[in-house]
Amino acid sequence: MRWLENWFERHEPKGRWSWMESTYDAFRTFAFAPNRVTNSGCHVRDAVDLKRAMITVVIALIPAMLFGMWNIGYQSLHAGFWQNFWFGFLRMLPMLAVSYIVGLSIEFTFAQIRHHQVNEGYLVTGFLIPMIVPVTTPLWQLAIAVAFAVLIGKEVFGGTGMNFLNPALVARAFLFFSYPTRMSGDSVWVAADLWGTDGITSATPLAELAAGMKPTASALDMFIGTIPGSTCETSVIAILIGAAILLMTGIASWRIILSVMIGGGLMGLVLNYDCQIPFYYHYLMGGFMFGAVFMATDPVTAAQTNIGKWIYGLLIGAFAVMLRVINLAYPEGMMLSILLMNCFAPLIDHCVVAQNIRRRKRR
Amino acid sequence: MNLKKLVIEPLRKANPVTVLVLGICSCLAVTAKLEPALVMGASVTVVTAFSNLIISLLRKGIPSRIRIIVQLVVVATLVILIDQFLKAFAYDVSKQLSVYVGLIITNCIIMGRLEAFALSHGPIESFMDGLGNGFGYSLILIIVAFFRELLGSGTLLGYQVIPQSLYDAGYQNNGLMILPPMALIIVGIVIWITNKDNQNK
Repeated sequence: MRWLENWFERHEPKGRWSWMESTYDAFRTFAFAPNRVTNSGCHVRDAVDLKRAMITVVIALIPAMLFGMWNIGYQSLHAGFWQNFWFGFLRMLPMLAVSYIVGLSIEFTFAQIRHHQVNEGYLVTGFLIPMIVPVTTPLWQLAIAVAFAVLIGKEVFGGTGMNFLNPALVARAFLFFSYPTRMSGDSVWVAADLWGTDGITSATPLAELAAGMKPTASALDMFIGTIPGSTCETSVIAILIGAAILLMTGIASWRIILSVMIGGGLMGLVLNYDCQIPFYYHYLMGGFMFGAVFMATDPVTAAQTNIGKWIYGLLIGAFAVMLRVINLAYPEGMMLSILLMNCFAPLIDHCVVAQNIRRRKRR
Repeated sequence: MNLKKLVIEPLRKANPVTVLVLGICSCLAVTAKLEPALVMGASVTVVTAFSNLIISLLRKGIPSRIRIIVQLVVVATLVILIDQFLKAFAYDVSKQLSVYVGLIITNCIIMGRLEAFALSHGPIESFMDGLGNGFGYSLILIIVAFFRELLGSGTLLGYQVIPQSLYDAGYQNNGLMILPPMALIIVGIVIWITNKDNQNK
C-alpha cells in the first residue's frame, strides 16, 4: 500500500486547495490509521477509536442485512435461494446508495463549513436507515428523511456525538409521521415487483395483534425471520449474531440489551390478560430485538451511568410493549419508546449522579 | 428618534419572534394554513400599534402601581373589537382561529412593547414601534405558514399550487408539516438563519 500513502503525501491540499482539508483528511484517515496524539492534558489511549467502533457496528449489522435481502426476495417471490437473494439485493442497493449519498454529502458540507474532521458516525446511521423502513418506501421520501435526520437530528446540535436523539430513528419517525400510508398498513411490507413502490397485501404479526388476532406465523418462523416486516428487522437469529459481536467487542452495553428485554418481558406478562399471546412473542415480533440491540445501545444517546442504563432499558422495553398492546393506533412501539427515553436519558443520568453525590456526602 | 428605523428594525435585527423569542405559542397554533396566519398577523399588528398609541397617550396619568391593569384593559378592549370585527366580516377565518384571537391578550409581544417602549416614548414613536413589531411577528408567521401549507397540503391560500401531475407521479403531501412539532422546527430553522445573519453583520 506504499503507493497509496505516497499518493496521499503528494496530494496534501496546500495554498488555494487548503479549504478542502476536511474532505482530504476524511479519505486519508479512512485509508490509514492516523498517528496524531493529543499534545496536552491526560488522555486514555485505546486501540478502539471512533472509526473502529463504527466499523464493528457495521460488521455486526451485516448478518441482519444479508438475511433481510434474502427475506425481501422470499416474501415477494418464494423462489430459490439465489433468486430471492438477488431480488432483495437489487431492492436494497438503491436504498443504501440514496442513504449514503444524501447523508454523506450533508456531513461533508458541514465538516467543510465548520472546519471539522469528517467523522464516521454516519457510516452506521446510513447503514441503519434502509434496514428499518418498509421495502416499498419511495427513494425520494427516503432521501428527504435522511436529510432531515442528519440536519435536524444531528448537525444543528453540533454533529456526531452531540445529538440527543438517535439519527436513524429520527429518519424513521419523520417518515412515519410524514407519510403514514407508506409506513404502516398491510400493503407496504412486501414488494410487488423489482422497481416499483407497489406492495402485495400481507399483514405483519404486529398488525394482526393490533387487529385483535393471534399472529398466524409460528414462533419459529418469527424467530428465523421469514415474516413480512421492515427490511432487515425480522430475523432474531441474525440480530443475535450481531449482538454477540457487539457484546464480545464491548461496543454495546449488555446492561441496556438485558434490561430492555426484562422490561419488555415484564410488561408483556402484566398485559397478558389483554392480548392472549405468550410474553416472549414480543421479542420475536417487529423491531423489538433490532431496537434493543442496535438502537437503544447507541452510546451517544443512551444513559451513561450503569444504574441509569438499567432504568433507561427497563423503561424502553416496558413502553414499547405497552404501546403495542394498549395503543392500537401504533402497531409498533419500539421506535417511539426509544426516542422518548433518548430524551430522558440525560435526566436519568443527572438523577443517578446527584443521588450518588448525596449518598457519599451522608457517609 | 428615527421613525423609519422603528419600523424596519423589528423585521430582522430585533425581531420579536426570532430574536426575543416571544409570541411562540400562537406561532405554532395558527400557522398550519396561510390564511389564518395572515389574519392573525394583521390582528396582532393592529392591537400592538393601537395599544402602544393609547398607553403612550395615557402614560403621564397612569399611576405606576396599577399600570399592568390599565394596560390589560386597553389591550382587552382592542382584542374584543377585533374579535367582533372578524366574527362579523370574516366568519370562516374567525372559526379557524377560534380561541387564538381572544388569546392575543396574552401575547407577550404586546405587553412587552407596552412596558418597554410605550411607557417611556411619545405617541407617534410608540405607534410606529407597535406597527414594526406587529410586522415582524406577521413576517415570521407568514414564512412558517407558507412552508407548512405548501408542503403539508400542497396549497397556498386554499388554491392548489403543486400540480396534479406531480401527485400522479408519486408525490405525497408531508403529514408532519400539519402537526405542531413541525412549526416548532421551522421556527427553529428561521431562528438559526436569523442568528447567522445577525452575526455576519
